[in-house]
Parts: sequence; C-alpha cells; structure tokens
Amino acid sequence: MNMPIVEVEYRLTLVELCHACEAREEDVRAWVDEGALEPEGRQPHDWRFAAAALPRARTAARLARDFEIDARAIALVLELMDEIDRLRARLA
Amino acid sequence: MLAAVKFRDYYETLGVPRTATLDEIKRAYRKLARKFHPDVNKEKDAEAQFKEVGEAYAVLKDPEKRAAYDRFGENWKAGQDFQPPPNWDAGFEFSGARPAGGAGGGADFSDFFESLFGRGGMGGEAPRQGRTMRAHGEDHHAKVVIPLEDAYTGSRRSLALRMPELDDEGRVALKTRTLEVTIPKGIKAGQTLRLQGQGGPGFGGGPPGDLYLEVEFEPHARFRVDGRDVTVDLPLAPWESELGTTARVPTPSGEVELTVPPHSGAGRKLRLRGRGLPGEPPGDLYAIVSVVLPRAETDADKDAYRALSQAFSRFDPRAG
Repeated sequence: MNMPIVEVEYRLTLVELCHACEAREEDVRAWVDEGALEPEGRQPHDWRFAAAALPRARTAARLARDFEIDARAIALVLELMDEIDRLRARLA
Repeated sequence: MLAAVKFRDYYETLGVPRTATLDEIKRAYRKLARKFHPDVNKEKDAEAQFKEVGEAYAVLKDPEKRAAYDRFGENWKAGQDFQPPPNWDAGFEFSGARPAGGAGGGADFSDFFESLFGRGGMGGEAPRQGRTMRAHGEDHHAKVVIPLEDAYTGSRRSLALRMPELDDEGRVALKTRTLEVTIPKGIKAGQTLRLQGQGGPGFGGGPPGDLYLEVEFEPHARFRVDGRDVTVDLPLAPWESELGTTARVPTPSGEVELTVPPHSGAGRKLRLRGRGLPGEPPGDLYAIVSVVLPRAETDADKDAYRALSQAFSRFDPRAG
C-alpha cells in the first residue's frame, strides 16, 4: 500500500486538461472561446485551468460526444445546468 | 456456472414498434438519451438507463445487427433466459466497430449484447496511440464519498480502485488496487483531488497517467452543505422564539451555544460566523429557526393556550 501525494490546488495546462477529459485541443479551445471555460493566461500555451474546470470540461466532453453538439450549444447547456444547480440549492 | 443471460427487447427499450423506420429509431433514441444523460439527469439509475438506451440504439441503427436481432422475432420477452441458437449469425458480418458512446468512455454493453455480437472482434475504441510510441498513460477518474465531518478534520481513507489491466497474455482483467489517501481538511463537495502518476500505466516507457478523485459528501441527516456554508435546522418553542434564549446547536465539529435574539420567528437565519467548512476564509454555519407548537393534551395545557389567546385578543395571523 502506498501513500501518494494528494494535490488540492493545482492548475492544468491545455494539454493536461485535454488528456484528463479525453477531449481534442480544438474542442477545448472552442469551449474557452464560448466562455464555457475560463482559464487564466492569454495564449492557449499559457492557459492554466483551475481544478474546478476539470469536472466542467469532462461534462462538456461527454455532452459533445453523446449528443454531437457544438461549442455554442455546450456553453448554453452548461449555463442552464449551473442555473438548475443554483435553483436546486435554494430548494434544499 | 455462468449466470443466465437475459433477453433484452431493444424495441421496447426505445419505445418503438418493430416496424419503426431508422428515422423513428433515431428520434426515439435522441429523446431518451437527452432524458437519461447522467450529466443532465441526477436520478440514481439514469446512467444505467442511458447505457441501455445506447445499447438498443447501437443495434437498431445498424442494418446488419438489426436484421440479425430481428431473426429472434417476437417470441422472446425481455428478461427471459437467453442463449443464442447455434449459428444464429450465419450470413451476417458485423463490420461496424462498437460505438464509443455511453457515459464515461468505452461503452459497457450487456452480457446479452455480447452473447450476440461478441466482445473482441467488434473493435472497441481504437487505441489513440500506437503501442510502439512512447505515450502518456490514461488518466483515471474516481469518486470518493466521505462523511461531512471528515471535511472539518481531514481524514485518511483507504480506497479500493478497480481498474482494467492487461495480463501477461494480453487479456483485460479487472484488478483491485488499494490506495491510502489523505483527504485534506477543508475539502468541498465537487472538488477534484489530483494524484500524479496513479492513473493508467504509460506505453513504451511513457509516464503513467494521473488519478483524479472527485469528493462527495455522504448525505447527512442534519446538515446541508452549500460550498463552505453549512445549514442546520433549529427548532424552538414559541416562547423561546419570541423571548430569545440560548440554545445548544449541533455543528459538524461539535455542539456550540447559540444566542437566539428575541423575535426570531420561523425561517429566520442565525449565522455562526466561521463555523462552516474550514478554509481561507472558512464558511459560516446557518441555523434556520422553525417553531414547534406544544400539543395541548391536558386541561392545564388547554388553559395555557386560552390564556395566550386572551392576552393576544387583537392578534390576527391572517391580517395582511
């Protein structure tokens, strides 16, 4: 049994994010262009995605694959899902 | 002994007649896929239903597979024990690769599907990198469910991860690996921890992938969590609510004494600053007041309510 290092506050590069959510770079760039993901840094090679972007990017990747929808639709779906989460939290 | 394979009625799954056209099948599939997609539908069995629908569509959209499946006619009922008749697939050639669809990457199809269309031979997701290349191992994702209290103190969890690995003969087998993981104090639900190098093995001397652990809290009977803020119910007697009191309130890090100011009616939120999840800054704990009326059982109880009614003779709860 080993004790690996657990990172909480980490940043992902574009390449790392693509690898982690099995998405193509051009798709992730399109999601950023639509504002669905907001990395720090100006140029794609400087981009750093916060850890919280990973579950979001994985959702985007699954939606893109399973529904064959483009970046604009993905951005819209993610925003609507955020809204639903906020409303659900208010109901709780 | 092998468990019996159950027949699956793919037409029933998609809710289409056996005479449905490809367009009708596609439409029915799309509608159900949107309904059951696990990112959209938070019900527990959504993912299983999404996979079933995907499997039905994978067969019915493919003219060769559909024709082969249709040979079984209508004599089979969903859930019946099933064994494909010998040479049932004579004359068919399943050329299409298995679709990569299905939530969470490579689709797991049912034993029923595999008894018909096989597991190997059908392709599966083509490896993205050639074996001869040096390549980074796959990143893996898992969920870890912890009690809310652990987020206040930090904890150490032993995780059993089941991961597919290739054995010496190149077959895929599920191997269980145990990892001891430190869950840091102040972790929030939905946060993803990274464990570098704990994912899939690399190819050709490439580095292994990483393991990402998504943290979720066990549902708690008392506390609700929103980010770092924690909410708890605070039931008060009518006189406590109106006159004020001090009440002992449970928090995930132990009981605290809370001063309830006068006129704290039902729904009032009392804040205990910094008593939410630890962090920079820590969250707050909210106690939400509810008022519980004592039941008037005895004559003395009833007299007490009557005295209250006389004292508040001008009070009208339905006014304005």
